[in-house]
Amino acid sequence: MTRHLALGVLVAGFVLAPLVAGPYLLSVLMVMLYMAYLGQAWNIMMGFAGQLSLGHSLYGGLGAYVAAALFVQFGIPGALGLIAGVAVAAAAGAVIGALGFRFGVKGVYFALLTIAFAEFTRVLFEHIPGLGGPGGLFLPVASRSGVDLLYLRGHPLMFYYLILAMTAGIFLLCRRLLDSRLGFSWLAVREDQDAAAALGINVFRVKLWAVMLSAGLTAAGGVFFAFYYNSLFPAQAFGMGRSIEIILAPIVGGLGTLFGPILGALILTPLGEVITWGTEALGLNAAGLKQLCYGLAMLGIVKFRPDGVWPWLRHRLGWDRDGDGGDAP
Amino acid sequence: MSIDLANQVITGLLTGLVYSLLALGLSVIFGVVRVVNFAHGEMTALAMYGSWALATAFDLDPLVGLPLVVAVMFAAGYALQRGLVDGFVDKPEHMQFIVMVSLGIIMVNGSLLAFGPDAHGIQVPYGFDTYEVGPLLIDKVRLLAAAAALVISLMLMAFFRLTLTGKAIRACADNLVGARVIGLDVKRLYAVTFGIGAACVGAAGALLSMLIDVMPSTGPELTLLSFIIVIVGGLGSMGGALLGGMLIGVSEVLAGYFMMPSMKSMFSFAILILVLVLRPQGLLGARR
Amino acid sequence: MTGSPAPSLNRRDFPSLNRRDFIVAGAVGAAALGMGPAAGRARAAEPLKVGLLLPLSGLLAREGQSCKRGADVTPALLADLGMPVQLMIADTETNLDTARTRAEKLIADGAQVLIGAFESAQTLAVAQVCEQRGVPLVINIAAAPNITEQGFKTVFRNFPTAPRLVGEGLSLMKDLFAASGVTPSKAVFMHNNDTFGSAMAGAVGKVFPTLDMPFAIAETISYDGAARDLAVEVGKAKATGADLLILVAHGEDSIKVIREMVKQRFEPKAIVSPGSPGMYEVQFYKTLGKYSDYSMTNLPWINPKSKMSQALLAAFAKAYPDALFEMNVGYTFEAILIAADAARRAGSPDAPALLAVLPATNITDHVMIGGAITFDAKGQNNNTRSAAIQNFGGKPKVVLPAEAAEAKPVFPVPGWQQRG
Repeated sequence: MTRHLALGVLVAGFVLAPLVAGPYLLSVLMVMLYMAYLGQAWNIMMGFAGQLSLGHSLYGGLGAYVAAALFVQFGIPGALGLIAGVAVAAAAGAVIGALGFRFGVKGVYFALLTIAFAEFTRVLFEHIPGLGGPGGLFLPVASRSGVDLLYLRGHPLMFYYLILAMTAGIFLLCRRLLDSRLGFSWLAVREDQDAAAALGINVFRVKLWAVMLSAGLTAAGGVFFAFYYNSLFPAQAFGMGRSIEIILAPIVGGLGTLFGPILGALILTPLGEVITWGTEALGLNAAGLKQLCYGLAMLGIVKFRPDGVWPWLRHRLGWDRDGDGGDAP
Repeated sequence: MSIDLANQVITGLLTGLVYSLLALGLSVIFGVVRVVNFAHGEMTALAMYGSWALATAFDLDPLVGLPLVVAVMFAAGYALQRGLVDGFVDKPEHMQFIVMVSLGIIMVNGSLLAFGPDAHGIQVPYGFDTYEVGPLLIDKVRLLAAAAALVISLMLMAFFRLTLTGKAIRACADNLVGARVIGLDVKRLYAVTFGIGAACVGAAGALLSMLIDVMPSTGPELTLLSFIIVIVGGLGSMGGALLGGMLIGVSEVLAGYFMMPSMKSMFSFAILILVLVLRPQGLLGARR
Repeated sequence: MTGSPAPSLNRRDFPSLNRRDFIVAGAVGAAALGMGPAAGRARAAEPLKVGLLLPLSGLLAREGQSCKRGADVTPALLADLGMPVQLMIADTETNLDTARTRAEKLIADGAQVLIGAFESAQTLAVAQVCEQRGVPLVINIAAAPNITEQGFKTVFRNFPTAPRLVGEGLSLMKDLFAASGVTPSKAVFMHNNDTFGSAMAGAVGKVFPTLDMPFAIAETISYDGAARDLAVEVGKAKATGADLLILVAHGEDSIKVIREMVKQRFEPKAIVSPGSPGMYEVQFYKTLGKYSDYSMTNLPWINPKSKMSQALLAAFAKAYPDALFEMNVGYTFEAILIAADAARRAGSPDAPALLAVLPATNITDHVMIGGAITFDAKGQNNNTRSAAIQNFGGKPKVVLPAEAAEAKPVFPVPGWQQRG
């Protein structure tokens, strides 16, 4: 089976799933798609441009809060709030990126910088009374039927197809990007920053683009989250737990690859559900077992398959005809 | 009013000394092995659980149980380095991260599974005592913990300055190739260093268990805290870790006192951002 | 739009998922749900499938476990009253996403009514699921006022909102001063900065000025519940010179606060909570020993004089001799009672039938202090009443109102060094 056919089957599977899946399974699929989407967005910054961000929840949270606040306070429709949210997050990314790159903050320091910003923002938002503080920002729950893409209100199925479209969209976007000049610049910077600079690549600008794109896309995911779950809390939106969740799928699936984050989500989400079901079936109260297994999975991957599951899988399936396990999708 | 402030500052200083010990371990590991231990706080939490378990099972005062915790942590650190971390010393930084982050996740959730989500604290018999020094009230437990931390820190610094192994380790840090040339067993020394870092963590954990409760989420918090201290003080500088610990201890107190206490961690993160951007080598670190 | 979902093949493959206790017959569950138009038949003898969402792990595990203990002893008591129920208990892990997913799962597994979820944020998430699926949610415990302000038709709350908790809590303080003849002049208000703490703080801000209290609040100190120690916060409180501490905290923080107060020799006339848990929990007594005594909590409590509470207490003491019989137990029992009562009145356990009769609920014989259980147009029970409980020798006792009291209140309380 060629890989295009396989991809087609996968997509068809997701598109047709609501016909056979009950609400519970549907919500699991949505979580899967959501994690794949966020992982893909994060992957742009890390996998493509080589900048490790461990505070990515910042962008998701900003997007979510901005769009939600605009809706709750001013009645601005979600689709428009999305633009504002994305802009704010991209700006935040630009600030962090600029600070980091201008001042030569690299590697572990950069990762710490991202964490510091996310945590700072978390505590900040816990003290903004207009946004609900730690008590949370709640969107008024409107009608659950119908489809209103402008206001982002509607039936859960609408949200399902929305996240599916978003995931497919970001996949295609990344594909285009990788084949573009910007994409090649990223790869050059990732492999050897000084050599890339020597070749005339504006390293600062290229890295900044990566950060801003990654941030903005993550924010869009945050907006989705806000309008689907209708409630936001700083501790969750900006927390380190979310930041870690975001990086699990791309690392397990394959950093820097196109399909890696999606595969990672496809593996991890069901794995989590199976573990939960298994522990309940055995009557155990094993809180934390799911996370523990995620940790083990990540460790195992980094130790034995540092490039992730996808490069290994596509090699086994013979889909990387050039055989170098490179960044082709 | 100023007496209250003075009391708080003293509290901050004393707690800060224990934080210093914690940061010292991190600094040592990074300075020598060049691995960023992102599971530092989680390891500390494990040490705290250990200390708590000893206290609960055998009624051991944490100060008495400390040597045992330290020994166990040293062995664990040594094994961890040889078994796992060693394979990543030359790998890209982000991979080291991910290894340590994964370890951290495993430790946090392992403790959740093993010990449950409840906070566990140790109540020593003198836990409510305070010394009166003039108008000042000094918490006995904090004083003892800080004194122990200071002693251990100084012993550690002496180890690195005066003993042969200590000097050998410093040689690896200063000039790896040179160290190899003169025949030092770098792998073993790395493992010893990691073990020492873990031992610091063990000691700090035992002392912290006297001061605060431990729960699974304590780990990640302490990781962040130790990084803030080490960055402010200077990664790789032992004096920096001491200074940074006390500075952060006091600044948290001041932030809590003059601002809304629930915002005091914002202050610490703001300091971290400023230091990272403006003076990444910290106060006493050497510019690399 | 009813509670009958499209047949979900995968769920049926795993029958007894969330039922840990009181499993009657798993097969009844799957079959019962698909019967659409059978609502007219009297099926009151069929056990009502009650899904419970509680934080059994995570930050609020202790409280959640306490609720669960209450739930565990309920079915037997209700069966004696001719109201059979079958419990399906799920763990929200004190996590929003988990709460939502579990709620969906319970409904898919056939729960006809949901109860939960202790934490306001998770309760709202579950409420959204219930509203969407047309399944009633009876809230056992959750104080955030906005839960009943969302216009939900399926939510019924048998628990006071934060403003009500605070209002009654403050009024009880006035009663306390009247009973003892002593009045403090200055208070300091410390609260945890989490969902519950900030809801309470907001309520204090709104309600305090309207109640004509004899003291002023000198300062409000909000602290991070996850903070490692609260020395600075307590130091600030002491520096205000207040002679009354109003404290909204959870179990862990309240222990930290008291400990620092002892160390820093901060001895107000009393420590009173206007409605938060913590100061009457087993861990509080164990850790603080004699220093735990005399702390006061004003919150809804079990009426020691009601017949049903005595039956509940007997069952509870037999099943859990070492556990504390407290508010979480009582409210969880009452929530299940409300659901069972609705099923009996409706003559059917189906969700739509329950929804039709729940608004008319009127239960006079129950366990918590207060009037009959009824619901207003928003689904809120306004007849709850708080009592003042004070710690004596490691046990909480009702001291106010007088008609439900088990002991006389002590105010002002003895200083730290004067305790036995």
